[in-house]
Amino acid sequence: MAAAVSIVDVVKNFGSLQALAGVSLEIAEGEFFGLLGPNGAGKTTLISSLAGLARPDSGSLKVLGHDVIKDFRQARRLLGMVPQELVFDPFFNVRETLQIQSGYFGIRKNDDWIDEILENLDLTSKANVNMRRLSGGMKRRVLVAQALVHKPPVIVLDEPTAGVDVELRQGLWQFVRRLNNEGHTIILTTHYLEEAEALCGRIALMKQGRVIALDTTANLMAAYPGASLEEVFVRTMNQ
Amino acid sequence: MIGFWTLFYKELLRFWKVAFQTVAAPVLTALLYLLIFGHVLEDHVLVHGVRYTSFLIPGLVMMQVLQNAFANSSSSLIQAKITGSIVFVLLPPIPYSAFFAAYVLAAMVRGLMVGVGVLLATLWFAELRVVAPLWILVFALLSGALFGALGMIAGIWVEKFDQLAAFQNFLIMPLTMLSGVFYSIYTLPTFWQRLSHYNPVFYMIDGFRYGFFGVSDVAPEFSLGVVFACFAVVTALTLNLLKRGWKLRT
Ligand SMILES: Nc1ncnc2c1ncn2[C@@H]1O[C@H](COP(=O)(O)OP(=O)(O)OP(=O)(O)O)[C@@H](O)[C@H]1O
Ligand SMILES: [Mg+2]
Repeated sequence: MAAAVSIVDVVKNFGSLQALAGVSLEIAEGEFFGLLGPNGAGKTTLISSLAGLARPDSGSLKVLGHDVIKDFRQARRLLGMVPQELVFDPFFNVRETLQIQSGYFGIRKNDDWIDEILENLDLTSKANVNMRRLSGGMKRRVLVAQALVHKPPVIVLDEPTAGVDVELRQGLWQFVRRLNNEGHTIILTTHYLEEAEALCGRIALMKQGRVIALDTTANLMAAYPGASLEEVFVRTMNQ
Repeated sequence: MIGFWTLFYKELLRFWKVAFQTVAAPVLTALLYLLIFGHVLEDHVLVHGVRYTSFLIPGLVMMQVLQNAFANSSSSLIQAKITGSIVFVLLPPIPYSAFFAAYVLAAMVRGLMVGVGVLLATLWFAELRVVAPLWILVFALLSGALFGALGMIAGIWVEKFDQLAAFQNFLIMPLTMLSGVFYSIYTLPTFWQRLSHYNPVFYMIDGFRYGFFGVSDVAPEFSLGVVFACFAVVTALTLNLLKRGWKLRT
């Protein structure tokens, strides 16, 4: 069986800056995987490469066995991504946004699933509100919804909880956990390490474009008995 | 196919929701040109034996088709790039050719809507013959497509709206203005006549005008060949840029 995500020797330079210095990772189907690291470590660049938004200079990335460049249509169909930047199309309301996104993925009638996503993300009352009129946290939730319209088996969330209130954070994690239990592979980046500690079965720590630690959350924690993931993170970074 | 239709539909909605600016305003602009130039020159000029106001109308129609087709695809892409909402069309599995077709067709629809609007509005001011409607249609469609595709290249290429304005002011405007919208190039000095023959827009307008009056500076078949060749080149270039993700995928 193909891994959910397979990344081999990926290098990406922006001019003289090396954003990814040869990253290799394998994530199995059904994992809840955490990608952690300080600002500028290369997390978003790695995720963007997986989603086809960035083109690596060398190396290969596959989603469920499909190369993200050679076999991009299949790879993209299997991947849902929540971008880190808070972006939206001001021309449409929430429901239109989700219907259009479904259409891009080749799905015509998607209203049942759209209703379910809206419900779970507490957006039902905002369904007919223009994107411009939503608060930042609500826009973030719509981004999560947009990533899920095509029920992708692999879901990548790039800091989905930045700017989202406590209650919704709980709701969001409940929903994502449920998706994970139903078999979806989840890849998460976040700077809230308690979240990662509670949710992720396995974690990669990135620093300056490299993976410097990769293990189950339990094993990483065991290296420093009694420490929180935050302490483990800080110590590993300073090694 | 659903991906294509959705993108096409989204692009139509985008300009239709602000039709006052995107359709009505250019129709008004063209009318103003007609009123001013037509009023000043009507009594003095016959071109190819056609009264000046009548001669002017097809040129104005074509000019607005071109400029609006270009504006549609270019402004849509650059706006999406600036706001970042371009990711919504970059993440889905839409093939390059469908991506290209959706933007170009939507640009053509806007260009033709404005063109038809100008035509209908100007009918109040001058009578217009229609000798060969098929030529009119073919030149309008192909020229709109060509400028829609050029708009895609511009939208992919530039990073800010003022760069787009430069593209429009220094390339698109001169090409359309110096193409025979306001005159027959045979009234020009030899040097400028020769130069006009290197301007593809000249062939679009000349061929388009042939459909109305049955007279033109060069044979419409030749003009069609030139326009088609340009379209083929621009299409190949745009598809190549999309395939490489140039300026869209970092
Ligand atoms: N489009 C770009 N052009 C130039 N440099 C870039 C670009 N995108 C990212 N970088 C650089 O690449 C490096 C990695 O950036 P990246 O966004 O992947 O970090 P990150 O781990 O996601 O950080 P954060 O936690 O702040 O989101 C940074 O030094 C950043 O400045
Ligand atoms: Mg990031």
